Amino acid sequence: MTDKFQNYNFAYLDEQTKRMIRRSLLKAIAIPGYQVPFASREMPMPYGWGTGGVQLTAACLTPGDKIKVIDQGADDTTNAVSIRKFFEKTAGIKTTFKTNQADIIQTRHRIPEEPLVDGQIIVFQVPIPEPLRFLEPRESETRKMHALSEYGLMHVKLYEDISIHGHISTSYAYPVKVEGRYVMDPSPIPKFDNPKLSKSAALQLFGAGREQRIYALPPYTSVTSLDFEDFPFSRLRAQGNCALCGATESYLDEIITNDKGTRSYICSDTDYCNSRTELGHLGNGLDEVES
Amino acid sequence: MYVAVKGGEKAIERAHQWLNEERRGNKQYPSLSVHQIQEQMKLAVGRVMAEGSLYDPELAALAIKQASGDLVEAIFLIRAYRTTLPRFGSSLPINTDKMRCKRRISATFKDIPGGQILGPTYDYTHRLLDFKLLAEEDYEASELNLEDYPAEIKEKPHILELLNKEGIIEQEIKSETFTGDITREPLELPASRALRLQILARADEGFLLGIGYSTQRGYARNHAFIGELRVGFVTVEMEIPELGFAIEIAEIELTECETVNQFQGSKTEPAQFTRGYGLIFGQQERKAISVALVDRALRWRELGEEYTGSPAQDEEFILYHCDNIQATGFVEHIKLPHYVDFQSELELLRRMRTEVETCGELKE
Repeated sequence: MTDKFQNYNFAYLDEQTKRMIRRSLLKAIAIPGYQVPFASREMPMPYGWGTGGVQLTAACLTPGDKIKVIDQGADDTTNAVSIRKFFEKTAGIKTTFKTNQADIIQTRHRIPEEPLVDGQIIVFQVPIPEPLRFLEPRESETRKMHALSEYGLMHVKLYEDISIHGHISTSYAYPVKVEGRYVMDPSPIPKFDNPKLSKSAALQLFGAGREQRIYALPPYTSVTSLDFEDFPFSRLRAQGNCALCGATESYLDEIITNDKGTRSYICSDTDYCNSRTELGHLGNGLDEVES
Repeated sequence: MYVAVKGGEKAIERAHQWLNEERRGNKQYPSLSVHQIQEQMKLAVGRVMAEGSLYDPELAALAIKQASGDLVEAIFLIRAYRTTLPRFGSSLPINTDKMRCKRRISATFKDIPGGQILGPTYDYTHRLLDFKLLAEEDYEASELNLEDYPAEIKEKPHILELLNKEGIIEQEIKSETFTGDITREPLELPASRALRLQILARADEGFLLGIGYSTQRGYARNHAFIGELRVGFVTVEMEIPELGFAIEIAEIELTECETVNQFQGSKTEPAQFTRGYGLIFGQQERKAISVALVDRALRWRELGEEYTGSPAQDEEFILYHCDNIQATGFVEHIKLPHYVDFQSELELLRRMRTEVETCGELKE
């Protein structure tokens, strides 16, 4: 296996491809929230498994970097393991589980609980980059709508949600507006994470491999979740504390603990949870919480 | 328990070991060699080369072996390998007039210059299981001597060009500019016909078959005749700047299909026959015909035809959904954990139900 990978360039992609991606990245950073088309390559993992994110990470990696890969907030989910191994193998890179020690964090569906800092890059894996896609399936149309800032359709959708359900029925991939201009899909993070997008000290990059799009939020970009004056945006998390570390503010995964469907909750961000338990914070334990 | 939910490194490692065992199957039977696949599963090899968009029968056979015969998986292996290969340049356009045909048929003219060649085809076989193949020694030598076939390379003109002389079929316009490379540039719409054909050439056979079939059943009907279908070998030439002339670098097997379609004429065009075109690696007649049907249907705008809202006419729909590697990745990715999104949906739903219940209680 090792021998085979020695035939590949550092971080798998050839330098021409990296240059092409970096150029698209520069454009994306210059126009925050704008989807830049790029010639996405076929990667050795399937589309939908994070090929966009992997290409961005590969284009940004330098040999001294330390990388963290999470999926659903966890370092040890199968796909996070697989992507981390890919970079260990093809870039000989150091990896870490610690949010505060990573130079680059590649993520699927979460933003770490611990605030990111200056100099860090977070790379989001994006399935459908177009926030208007489920309102208008045609790319030729949605590009026009962005160009003209024609976002009425989105507001009507949110309004209809409220009038029918009493709520905006989007709980993840909740649309945001970037610096008052482009409406952007934040990738399928829970809307709980949306406020972390705004004024982040880190560079936030979004890669959609199959859809051939890159977009970005430079550090300290203002990002607002779409809402109405009388229906302001609100975060959403399970009503509970982490059974392992007792956290009361973190985003929680629901765990079914027995055949009767008894529920318990644990932090979705494994590094956050482990760091807290190391500091002596303890929850009530998995088996003692009743549904 | 909670560790098991999150899976992990060990699970992946064991899964790969198990997969390898499954791939090998019962070890009382000998392992398939790549060359056996290459020689005896040619049509599968052709499909993997075409949709993998890399002409290399040996690697395609290897991919089929590695993928346990799952052709989409094999195509994926080839695509992922192909993308790492350096680009030296472009070959000259191939000339299918000079194809060494092993098959050449026309459904429009009975007798054609150069003759029809039925060649190796399943078309007229009776689909009865041949139990002789169950036996170890399944091969009976035939009286054919294929060693030096074809003895001479005769140029075989394209049949539809004969109609061209009469002016009753549309003229193909030679494109002088580089058509672009869909593997190096992001797709932007509308795409040129050449670019569409490039995408269709590596599109999923099943998808195109279904869409092509739909045109025959009234969804953008453009009744097609097979003007000519030819299968054979073509040399590939490349100009080497240091030499200043072109040299032969390879010989590849191709299937080419030209359809001749009815056309009543429109505001911009006189009544004439129109064309659909498909060119595919390997012997892949079903795919080549399907591509020609879909190509023709996609040309409605250029020919001033009516848009009937049929899937086959919808360039964006076809081009964005015909690639099986993109499609299989996204369809299958819903196997990946979605704990986080699902959790937020769960919370939202519970909250909405609680509110409804509370409202109900208040009324009572």
